[in-house]
Amino acid sequence: MKKYTNTGNKDTRSGFGAGMTQLGKTNPNVVALCADLTGSLKMDEFQANHPERFFQIGIAEANMMGIAAGMTIGGKIPFTGTFANFSTGRVYDQIRQSIAYSGKNVKICASHAGVTLGEDGATHQILEDIGLMKMLPGMTVINTCDYNQTKAATLAIAEHKGPVYLRFGRPSVANFTPENQTFEIGKAVHLIEGTDVTIVATGHLVWEAIQAAETLFEQGISAEVINIHTIKPLDAEAILKSVTKTGCIVTAEEHNYLGGLGESVSRVLAENHPTPQAFVATQDTFGESGTPAQLMEKYGLNAAAIVQKTLDVLKRK
Amino acid sequence: MNNSNQFVKNSFLFSLQRPFKTLFLTLKNLLPLMTDINHLEKLVIQVRRDILRQVHKVNSGHPGGSLGCAEFFVALYNELMEHNSNFNMNGKNEDLFFLSNGHISPVFYSVLARSGYFPVEELNTFRLLNSRLQGHPTTHEGLPGVRIASGSLGQGISVAIGAALAKKLNNDNKIIYTLCGDGELQEGQNWEAIMYAAGNKVDNLIVTIDYNGQQIDGATDTVLPLGNLTEKFKSFGWEVLTIKEGNNLQAIIKTMKEAKSKTGKGKPICVLLHTVMGNGVDFMMHTHAWHGKAPNDEQLEKGLAQNPVTLGDY
Repeated sequence: MKKYTNTGNKDTRSGFGAGMTQLGKTNPNVVALCADLTGSLKMDEFQANHPERFFQIGIAEANMMGIAAGMTIGGKIPFTGTFANFSTGRVYDQIRQSIAYSGKNVKICASHAGVTLGEDGATHQILEDIGLMKMLPGMTVINTCDYNQTKAATLAIAEHKGPVYLRFGRPSVANFTPENQTFEIGKAVHLIEGTDVTIVATGHLVWEAIQAAETLFEQGISAEVINIHTIKPLDAEAILKSVTKTGCIVTAEEHNYLGGLGESVSRVLAENHPTPQAFVATQDTFGESGTPAQLMEKYGLNAAAIVQKTLDVLKRK
Repeated sequence: MNNSNQFVKNSFLFSLQRPFKTLFLTLKNLLPLMTDINHLEKLVIQVRRDILRQVHKVNSGHPGGSLGCAEFFVALYNELMEHNSNFNMNGKNEDLFFLSNGHISPVFYSVLARSGYFPVEELNTFRLLNSRLQGHPTTHEGLPGVRIASGSLGQGISVAIGAALAKKLNNDNKIIYTLCGDGELQEGQNWEAIMYAAGNKVDNLIVTIDYNGQQIDGATDTVLPLGNLTEKFKSFGWEVLTIKEGNNLQAIIKTMKEAKSKTGKGKPICVLLHTVMGNGVDFMMHTHAWHGKAPNDEQLEKGLAQNPVTLGDY
């Protein structure tokens, strides 16, 4: 079984910051907008290097989305930065009309997604954002798993024409994907080959899925692990190819089971290859204060939860 | 088709080739009021007819605000803006206009068509299935002249600020114009944008407020009073001008040119345009009743009779 090494814990938002720093040097059309969270989004280096291309909007996310839409007229590639909650739910109508329906080339970059935001609690822990964004026609939705992948995704979306929602997080997590990787939007990454069960995971749950596969392997279960960094457009081919071999699937995400990756996978399976599926996701609930590890355990979002759901779904094959 | 040809024949601007037209508009800007005001008056009447006929045909749409802004749009696209009807989304080196109160699409479509952005015959497709002329303006169907979707209110000033900032980054010294409804100022996003534009010296921006005092449910003072808009904008750090006769072409042109002369001086500019909703059709004037209601056959005839053909119907 293929092994992955954590090269040292890092936060995914810092991967975004590193990507922005690089884009600042390589793409003069990239502009950055932030709603009073420059440090939290790790946009400070871009701001320091390119003050003329950095726009401090203040605590006014609706205005930020509108300004970003307007800046595309004139050829700019705006990257907006704030927490996932304020990047989506707070400004849904602005994104819908001024960005998605208007077909504007805006990159909505969202940190502190999910319960792993931690102690700030449920007001800030959005678990509905993937659903909100994936329902918008023309919107690309990406949830990256570690520092290196987030940096690569940040670079890749600058080259993609059209609105993108890029979701990442606050906590330091394992950094295990290759440095300087090529990020292909919409292309799943096969991490571990397996024959008994398919585990597709996104975001912080990818590393947990790798840990789960190792535990399952010790129990004689061969799990195939796929990193679905792009929820929309979904790599249906990769998923179908895998379940045709394994016969059952577990989806894992730091998001409500309604509207998330799991439901997108269900649709693909229902239309093409009905397959028993288990969902590692929050169960239509809000989060609460706590450490990221405590919250992932309480809300069933860690390797142990993936192992348990795998054992459950294997019985339904 | 014949009617439209008649318009083309009568339209001085339309008869020019597009590259020359841009040059012409640039030169014209240096010579105030060179365009024959009589021609613009005729165009206003023709635009009123277009508005009435568009909404009547599909028995839906917003004639009141559209009629109230006919003079403003005619002045903007024929006398004030340096623009190119050979449409390019990025609009570099030309003035750009954003309509925030998208429901007054009939006047926007009429003036865009009669400025050469698309064939005037296409006004026949307003609000019909498979049309580029959606109920509210959109970029989605690729209609030339539209750079942002609008309809959900309160978003236009933000978008205009973004376009203005992009112009500054591109060292493009042209102006961004936008129009908002007065009732629309009840949306909070506007005040985020108003604060931002002043705080960041977005001084290549002229925001016009269609100050007709009416909204769907009644007078703005009844629904949610706007207070003293002049003082509000001033206290936010804006330059404020007022056009008391917002349905008078010469008054509009004079004050809008004054507004333009105030650009580039560190402050965004607000123009309070006092208009009469339903202007030019007596039974539609001074009431909110025609905000979103189409005339029936008899009312259409009455409205058209008050505005006889000038440049030719589509």
